[in-house]
Amino acid sequence: MTRQTFTERSFLAKNPSVLWFILILALFTLGVTVLSEAYGVAFISTSFVKTLGKTLCLCLVALAMDLIWGYAGILSLGHMAFFALGGYMLGMWLMYARTEEIVVAALAQGGLPATPEEVRQGIAVQIFGVVGASEFPPIWAFAHSFWGQLFLVVAVPGVLALIFGWLAFRSRVTGVYLSILTQAMTLALALYLFQNDSGLRGNNGLSGLQNLPGLSDVSQDDLSIWFFWASAFALGAGYVLLAWVVSGKFGSVIRAIRDDEQRVRFLGYSVEGYKLFVFTLTAVIAAIAGALYYPQAGIINPAELAPIASIYLAVWVAIGGRGRLYGAVIGAAFVSLLSSWFTGGRAPSIPLGFYTINWVDWWLVLLGLSFVAVTLFAPKGIGGLFDLWQGRRSPDRKGAALGPDDSSLQEKEAMK
Amino acid sequence: MIRPPLFLPQGMMRHFLLSLATALLLLALPGLAQAQDTATDILTENRALIEKPTRAKIAPVIDALAASGDPVAATVLAAWAEKGLGLRKADGTFFLIEASGDSWLLRDLTGADAGTAPKSDVVELRPNAGVRGLIATALVQFTLSDPDPARRAEALTSIARDPEEAHLAPLRAAIPGEADPALKAQKERLERLLTLRFDPDSAARVAAITGFGADLGLDLRGALNPLLATSRIAFTGDLPEGANLARDLVPGEDLTEEEAYDLLVTTGMAPARLTVEEARAALLANIVDGAVAGVPVSELGTQATRDRAYTALEAAGTVPPAATDAEVAAAIAAHRFAEVYEEPDSAVTAAARSALDAITTKVGAMQAADLALDAISLASIYFLAAIGLAITFGVMRVINMAHGEFIMMGAYTGYVVQLFIANHTLSIIVALPLAFAVTFAAGVAMERLVIRHLYKRPLETLLATFGISIALQQIAKNIFGTQARPLTAPAWLDGALTFNDVVSISYIRIAIFVLAMAFLLFFLWLMKRTRLGLEVRAVTQNPSMAASMGINPDRINMLTFGIGSGIAGIAGVAIGLFAKVTSELGSDYIVQSFMTVVVGGVGNIWGTLAGAALIGALQKGIEWLNPSNTLAAQTYMILFIILFIQFRPRGIIALKGRAAGD
Amino acid sequence: MNGLKGMMLGGAMGMALATTALAQDETIKVGVLHSLSGTMAISETTLKDTMLMLIEEQNAKGGLLGKQLEAVVVDPASDWPLFAEKARELLTVSNVDVMFGCWTSVSRKSVLPVIEELNGLLFYPVQYEGEESSKNVFYTGAAPNQQAIPATDYFLEELGVEKFALLGTDYVYPRTTNNILESYLISKGIAKEDIFVNYTPFGHSDWSKIVADVVALGADGKKVGVISTINGDANIGFYKELAAAGVSADEIPVVAFSVGEEELSGLDTSNLVGHLAAWNYFQSADTPENAAFIEKWKAFAGPDRVTNDPMEAHVIGFNMWVQAVEKAGTTDVDAVREAMYGLEVPNLTGGIAKMLPNHHLTKPVLIGEIRADGQFDIISQTEPVAGDAWTDFLPESAVLEADWQTLDCGMYNTETKTCVQIKSNY
Repeated sequence: MTRQTFTERSFLAKNPSVLWFILILALFTLGVTVLSEAYGVAFISTSFVKTLGKTLCLCLVALAMDLIWGYAGILSLGHMAFFALGGYMLGMWLMYARTEEIVVAALAQGGLPATPEEVRQGIAVQIFGVVGASEFPPIWAFAHSFWGQLFLVVAVPGVLALIFGWLAFRSRVTGVYLSILTQAMTLALALYLFQNDSGLRGNNGLSGLQNLPGLSDVSQDDLSIWFFWASAFALGAGYVLLAWVVSGKFGSVIRAIRDDEQRVRFLGYSVEGYKLFVFTLTAVIAAIAGALYYPQAGIINPAELAPIASIYLAVWVAIGGRGRLYGAVIGAAFVSLLSSWFTGGRAPSIPLGFYTINWVDWWLVLLGLSFVAVTLFAPKGIGGLFDLWQGRRSPDRKGAALGPDDSSLQEKEAMK
Repeated sequence: MIRPPLFLPQGMMRHFLLSLATALLLLALPGLAQAQDTATDILTENRALIEKPTRAKIAPVIDALAASGDPVAATVLAAWAEKGLGLRKADGTFFLIEASGDSWLLRDLTGADAGTAPKSDVVELRPNAGVRGLIATALVQFTLSDPDPARRAEALTSIARDPEEAHLAPLRAAIPGEADPALKAQKERLERLLTLRFDPDSAARVAAITGFGADLGLDLRGALNPLLATSRIAFTGDLPEGANLARDLVPGEDLTEEEAYDLLVTTGMAPARLTVEEARAALLANIVDGAVAGVPVSELGTQATRDRAYTALEAAGTVPPAATDAEVAAAIAAHRFAEVYEEPDSAVTAAARSALDAITTKVGAMQAADLALDAISLASIYFLAAIGLAITFGVMRVINMAHGEFIMMGAYTGYVVQLFIANHTLSIIVALPLAFAVTFAAGVAMERLVIRHLYKRPLETLLATFGISIALQQIAKNIFGTQARPLTAPAWLDGALTFNDVVSISYIRIAIFVLAMAFLLFFLWLMKRTRLGLEVRAVTQNPSMAASMGINPDRINMLTFGIGSGIAGIAGVAIGLFAKVTSELGSDYIVQSFMTVVVGGVGNIWGTLAGAALIGALQKGIEWLNPSNTLAAQTYMILFIILFIQFRPRGIIALKGRAAGD
Repeated sequence: MNGLKGMMLGGAMGMALATTALAQDETIKVGVLHSLSGTMAISETTLKDTMLMLIEEQNAKGGLLGKQLEAVVVDPASDWPLFAEKARELLTVSNVDVMFGCWTSVSRKSVLPVIEELNGLLFYPVQYEGEESSKNVFYTGAAPNQQAIPATDYFLEELGVEKFALLGTDYVYPRTTNNILESYLISKGIAKEDIFVNYTPFGHSDWSKIVADVVALGADGKKVGVISTINGDANIGFYKELAAAGVSADEIPVVAFSVGEEELSGLDTSNLVGHLAAWNYFQSADTPENAAFIEKWKAFAGPDRVTNDPMEAHVIGFNMWVQAVEKAGTTDVDAVREAMYGLEVPNLTGGIAKMLPNHHLTKPVLIGEIRADGQFDIISQTEPVAGDAWTDFLPESAVLEADWQTLDCGMYNTETKTCVQIKSNY
C-alpha cells in the first residue's frame, strides 16, 4: 500500500470487517430480542439473556486486551482488575441508592421526618452491618450521586492505569517483567479489597446489583434485555472506536512498537507516550465493560479480580486470534460460553470403562492443554481460519531457536 | 492407669483440712458433711453432678474426695481426669475402666478385677478441661512428693497453671526432700513465684521479686503483672484512704475528656449525656398537635431544629435537662482522676514496677530478636521456593509459570511416599530424592515438548506455561481432591528450639533454613565448579559460540531446566512439611517467587538471596507494625515491590556487561 | 463470525429445549445448588450426596403427595455470581419447588435477591454470622447464639479464660462473629485490652508470629484462650505451628467454629488432643438416630466417609420440608412456608429441632475435644437453644427482630415498632 491509498480510501472501505461485525451484532441483538421473554416469543430464558449480555461485556474487554497485547505487544495481566474496578464503582452507587430507598421508607414510618444524618447512618448500617461496621468509609463520598460514580467508573481505573503505566513505562519495564508487574498489581489490589477494612465490604463485595434503584417495578425480564442492548451497543461502539484507532497512523506506530520498540524510538516517536495512551485507553474500556457486566451478574467481590481472571482474558484473546479485533470477540464469546457449558454439568460425560471423564473435573485440563496447543501450533488462533479461507498465508521464515535468551542468536543469523 | 493407693504425710493432710474455704464448702453440700465418707459414697451421692460436671459446681465434690482420707481417693481422681472412670448405667456403680476392643475392662475402685462389659452398658465419664484442672489441683497434695518424678512434674505444672495460696506451704515442705536437681530447681522457682504473690510478709515478697532480676520467664511476668493491675478512679479533694496511687491522670492528656466524663457517669458522679436516640424518643413522646414545643413535626428533619425543640422542652421542664458541653467541662474540672493499684502494699508494687520495667526492656530486645528469626525463616522459605526459579528464570530467562505446580508436585510426592512408608524419617529420606526425580522428569518433558519451541517468544512461554499450570493444578485436584493432605514431619523435627520464653523457633523452620543454605551452596558449586555450570553459562551467553565449541545447547538447556524444576520439587516437600499440601500450594508461592527473583536481580543467586531477605524482613516488619491484619502486610509488601522495581528495574544486584543481555 | 452467531444460537436452542420440554411436571423437583467444582467443592459435594440420599430414601417410601421427587443438580462452581445465575435457572427454567444449597455467606447473599424476586424457597445448612432473615430462606445451620456464644460461655465458665485471642480468616463470618463476641465479652466484664483480634488471608501458612503473639498474651498472668474462626486449609498451618510451639490445650485452649471431622483428616491430631470445636452435631454423638444415619450414609456414599454438622442440617431441613408439604398438601412456596412454623423434627444428637417464626431452628450446642483419632469427644451438650436472627450483643441489631408468622417482617425494629424492610439485606 502506498501513502496515497492510505489517505484516499475511507475508514470503512479499508475495514470491511467493521461493517460485517456491526451487521452481525445487530442481527444477533434483534434475534435475541425477538426470542426473549420480555419482548418476544419467550424462547430464550431470562437467565440465558443475562449470560449473553455478560458475554458481550467480556467480548468488549477482550477487544481492549487485543489492542494492548495483540497490537501494542504489551501482555498486561491486569486488565480484569480495571474491569472489576469499573464494576465496583458503579456497584457503589447501585447499592447506595437502593439502600437509600429502603432506609427512607423505613424512617418515614418513624414519626419524625428523618434528618440527613439519620438517613446516612441508616444506609451505612444496612450496607456495612453485614461486615460488622456501621460507618461510611471516605471512599463512599460520591456514592449518593449517579453521575459522580459514573465519572469514577472511568476516572478511577483510568488514573490508576495512568500512574501505574507512567511508572512502569518510564523505567522501561518491558516484556515479561511488565506482565509480572501487572500481575502483582492485580494481586495487591485483590488482597486489598479482600480486607474488610478496605471499605468495599471485603470478601462479600457488593451484592444485589441487579435491582436497579427506582426501577423496582420493572421485572428482571425487561431489565435483562435492556442491559443486553446496552452491552451490544457498547461492544459495537467499542469495536468501531478500536478499529478506527488501529487503522490509522497511530495503529501503525503501535504495531511497530510491538515489533521493534528500539527502532521506533530511534525514529523519534515517543514510545512511552504511545504505550501509556494505549494502556490507559484500554483500562477505561475494560472499566466500562465491567460497569455493564456486574449489574447483570448481580454481585461483585474481590475474587473477580484474582490474577487468574486476567490470565483467562489473555487466553480468550490468544485462542480467538491476536492482532485482529474480531478474533478477540470470537475468542471471548467462544471460550466463555463453552466454559459455562462444560462446567454447567450439561456436557455429557465420557465413560472409558475404567474411568469416566467428568467434564466438570476435566474441562480446565482440556482448556489448559488446548491453550498450550494453540500457542505452539496455531499462534493465530481461531481468527487464523479466516486467513485460510481467504487464502492468506504468512511467509515461512524457517527460523530455529538455539537458546532461550535474548542475547542468543537472532533467527536470520542462524540461517546464514 | 492404676497406681497403688497413696498415703499422705500427716502435716499436709492437716493443713488441707484446716483450709477454711474447703470446710465451708463441705458443709454447704448435704451428704458431704462427714469427711470420713468413702470415695464410693461420695461418688454415688453426687452421681448427677459427676455425670455432667461443671467447673462452677464440682469443686466441693473433688475437694471432698481429696479430703476423704479414703486410700483409693487419689486413684479415683486420677482415673477420672484421664477418662478412666465409668458408670454402669443399670445400677449406677462406678468402675475403673479401660477400653479393650468393643468392650470395657472393669475394675472396682480398689483396683480389683470386675470382669468386662459391653461399651453401651457403661458410660465413660469425660470431665472437661476445666474440671480436669480442678482435679489436678486437688491431686497436687498427693503427688508433690510422689516417688514417680513424672507425677511430681505434673503436680508442679498444675500449680504453675493455677497458683493458689494453699499450695505455698506444701510446696515449701516438699523442697528439702526433692532428689531430682531439675525438679528441685523448678520447685524452688515456683516457691519464689508463690511467695511474691501470697506471702503475708511484705519484705519476703519484695525479696522474692528482687531475687529474680530481669528474668524473661513468662511465669514471672504472669506473677508480676497482676500485682500491677490498676483501676481508674475519680475523686474530689485528696486521694481516698488506703489507695495505692499508680499515677495521676490529667484529662485531655492521659485520658480524653470523653473518657473522663464517662468515668464520672459510671461512678454516678455526673448525669449522662443525651444521645441522639434519646432526644428523638423524647421528642416523639412530646408531640402535641403535630408540633413539639411549638416546632412543627414536618420541620424536625434536621438536627439543628431538633436541638432547638429539645431545648424548648427543657425550658418548659417537660424533659430532664441533659448535660451540656459547659456542664461536662465543669464536672471534669471539679474532679481529679487517678490510676490506683489494686494491690494495697506500695512497697510490693514499687518493687514489681521496677522489676517489670527492667524485664520489659529486655523483652523488647528479645522480641526484636524473635521477629528477626521469623523474618529469616520466612526469607528462607521464599528463597527455597524461588531457588529453582533462579535457575530457570534467572539463568535461562525462561518464564515458567508452572514452577509453582512443580513445588506442588514435590509436596504431593512426599504425601504419596508417606502412604507407603509409615516411618516418617525414612519416608522423608525417600521423598526428597523421589520428589527431585519426579519434577526433574516433568521439567525435562516440559522443556522438550513446549518450551523449546518458544525460546524466541517469551510472552508466549509465559502463557503456555500458564496453560500447563492450570492443567496440572486441575489434574492434582482430580487425583487428590481439593482437601488438604497430611504430610507429617518426623518426630525429631517436632517442637521448637527455645532460647527463652520470648525467643524460639520451630525445628522444622530451622530445617528449612538449613535446606535453603544447602541449596545455595549447591547452586554455587554447580555453576562455578562443574563442567555443566560452565556449559550452562556459555550457552545462555552465546549459544552459537557455545555450539561451535562442541557444547550441545539442546542438551544443556534440557538439563538446566530439569535441575531447576527438580529443586522446586524438593522445596515442595519442605514447604508441605511446615504448611499444607493442597493443589493450590504452588499458586500461593508463584507470584512471591517471581518477585523474589526480580527484586533480587535476575541472573544472580546472591540477588535472589537478597530479594528473599528483603521480602521476608519487609513482610514481618509490616506485620509487626500492624499486628491485627496480616492481609494488609501482604498488600503493602507487593505495593512496595512494585515501587521498588520502578526505581531499580534490574533488581538489588544488577548484572553488568555482556551477561546482562540487552 | 458466522461461527460465533451459530454458537450463540445453538446455545440458545439448547436452553430453550430445557425450558419448554419440562414445563408441565409429573414430579416434585428439588433443586440442589452446591458447588461441585472449585475451592468449595470438597465441602459442598458431600451435601449434594446427602441430598441425593435423602431424596432416594423418600422416593423409596413412596414419594411425596403421591408424586416422585426429582433432584435437579447444578454446579455453581464456587463462583459467587454463578450462584445467582444458577438459582434463576433452577427457578425459571427447571421450575423447582424448593432448593437446598449454598455454603459460604457470600454465595447466599448472591442468591438472595433472585429467590426473593422469584419467590423461591431455599434451605441453607451452614453455620453463619446471622444478621439476616429472609422470607424465602430457612436457616438450618447455627446462628451465632447457637455456636459462638455458648462456646464463649464455656471458655468463661468452665475453663476460666480471662483473656481472649479472636483469630479469624478475613471474611464476613469471622468479622461479624468476632464483632458480636467482642461486645459480648465486654458485657461479661472482659476489658477491651484483653481481647486480641487478628485476621489472616484465606490459606495463610506463616503462623509463627501470630502464635508467638498469642503465647505472649499470657504475660500478665491471665488465662488465655483462642477462639478461632480460621477457615479451611489455613487451619493446618495454624495447628502445626501451635503444636510446634508446644502450646497444649491445658495452657491455651483453642475452640474452633469451622473445624470439623473433615478438616482434621488433613492433620496429625496427636499433638492437638484436647483442643475444642463447637458444633450442633458431631459424628461421635451417641444416639440411635445418629447410628442409623451414619450406617445409611456409609452404605450410600462409601465406608470411609465421615458425617458432619451441615449434613445434619440438611437432614433436618429436608425432613421438615417433607412434613410441611404434607401438611400444606401442596408444594406452593407460601403455603409450605406457613406450614413450616412450629414443625418439629428429631435431631440426630437427641432432642427436637423446632422451626421458629424467624426461620431459624432450635438446636443443642455441643462442644467436643479433639481426640487422637481425628474424632471428637463430646464434653458438653446444652438444651436446645433458639436461633436468633439478630444478635442481642450489637446495639444496632439488639432492637431488631424477625417474625414471619405474625409480624410478616424479617427486620422489625422493636423500638420504633416498624418493619425496616421486607426484602433482606444483601
